[in-house]
Amino acid sequence: MSDKKQFMFLNRRAPYGTIYAWESLEVVLIAAAFEQAVSLAFVDDGVYQLVTGQDTSGIGMKNFSPTYKTLGDYEVRHIYVDKDSLESRGLTQDDLQVVPWEDWETEETVDNIVEVVDSAKLAELLEASDVVFSF
Amino acid sequence: MSDLHTVNKSPFERPSLDTCLRLSKPGSSILLYEDGVYAAVAGTAASDKVSGALADKKVYVLEPDFKARGLKADRLIEGVEMVDYAGFVDLVDACDKVQAWV
Amino acid sequence: MPIEVNGKTLETDEEGYLVNLDDWEPAVAEVMAKEDDLELTDEHWEIINFLREYYEEYQIAPAVRVLTKAVGKRLGKEKGNSKYLYGLFPYGPGKQACRYAGLPKPTGCV
Repeated sequence: MSDKKQFMFLNRRAPYGTIYAWESLEVVLIAAAFEQAVSLAFVDDGVYQLVTGQDTSGIGMKNFSPTYKTLGDYEVRHIYVDKDSLESRGLTQDDLQVVPWEDWETEETVDNIVEVVDSAKLAELLEASDVVFSF
Repeated sequence: MSDLHTVNKSPFERPSLDTCLRLSKPGSSILLYEDGVYAAVAGTAASDKVSGALADKKVYVLEPDFKARGLKADRLIEGVEMVDYAGFVDLVDACDKVQAWV
Repeated sequence: MPIEVNGKTLETDEEGYLVNLDDWEPAVAEVMAKEDDLELTDEHWEIINFLREYYEEYQIAPAVRVLTKAVGKRLGKEKGNSKYLYGLFPYGPGKQACRYAGLPKPTGCV
């Protein structure tokens, strides 16, 4: 569909310390209903949202990290992670969740839509988006 | 005993940790909690700040917040001590006063 | 409004969803369905159990569209459509089935 807009959700905050990460996730889940092309980018402390092994049993908050795994079912086709942000936090792609994607009609599958990209690529993607939602 | 300084902001997002380290006296204790726990991780762009501070200050990290963020004890900067909520209370009790860098 | 299940009083919100997810047991679905004059069949339970498994894995109640697609994939194409799901849950598969399953209302569902 040519009238699809490119939506980019730019996530720059760590989970739990503030409400941004959860709010962004909720809006992404709702945006899926509008059948737009949705991509997510994780930059700065936002990369911490995708770290595996989160256990919130000791802080009395809901662990929403498992929800990222279903984003492929919610029309999210691309999840970009900023390489510089990862590296300056001592993280690699191995520390991040795997998010599968599948086209239910054609049965085309992608094992993991999480992609680590460099600054030049990310700048290009941000510019190419019709709308950028910042969290 | 001296003061307990608490930092709950990520070292990558706010200058709270920098200011805390600059304005706390040798012998102080520093407790990292909430998003402040990211400063306790080895091999990051902020690690040197905490390792440097360990020369004349004690640094603690609140375990429930550390675990909530998917971090494991083997990622801790050497010399940083993990405490639970009871340990937090003991620190507050042992220090003269609490100075929060929010 | 609280509901009575097996002698226990369980808290629900103004739309009838359980306030505490841990309060759920199969009898909760039975009691809620009875209030809606609905008899739960194996077909209903298939969807309710599916929703509970989805929540267990992803920590959210799926949007109706996601539910429909996922049911089609897991339980067969003849079940993965609105006609089948609305036939089972006339008040809406998202809202009604999630309520019976003890889950919160799906995000984005009004």
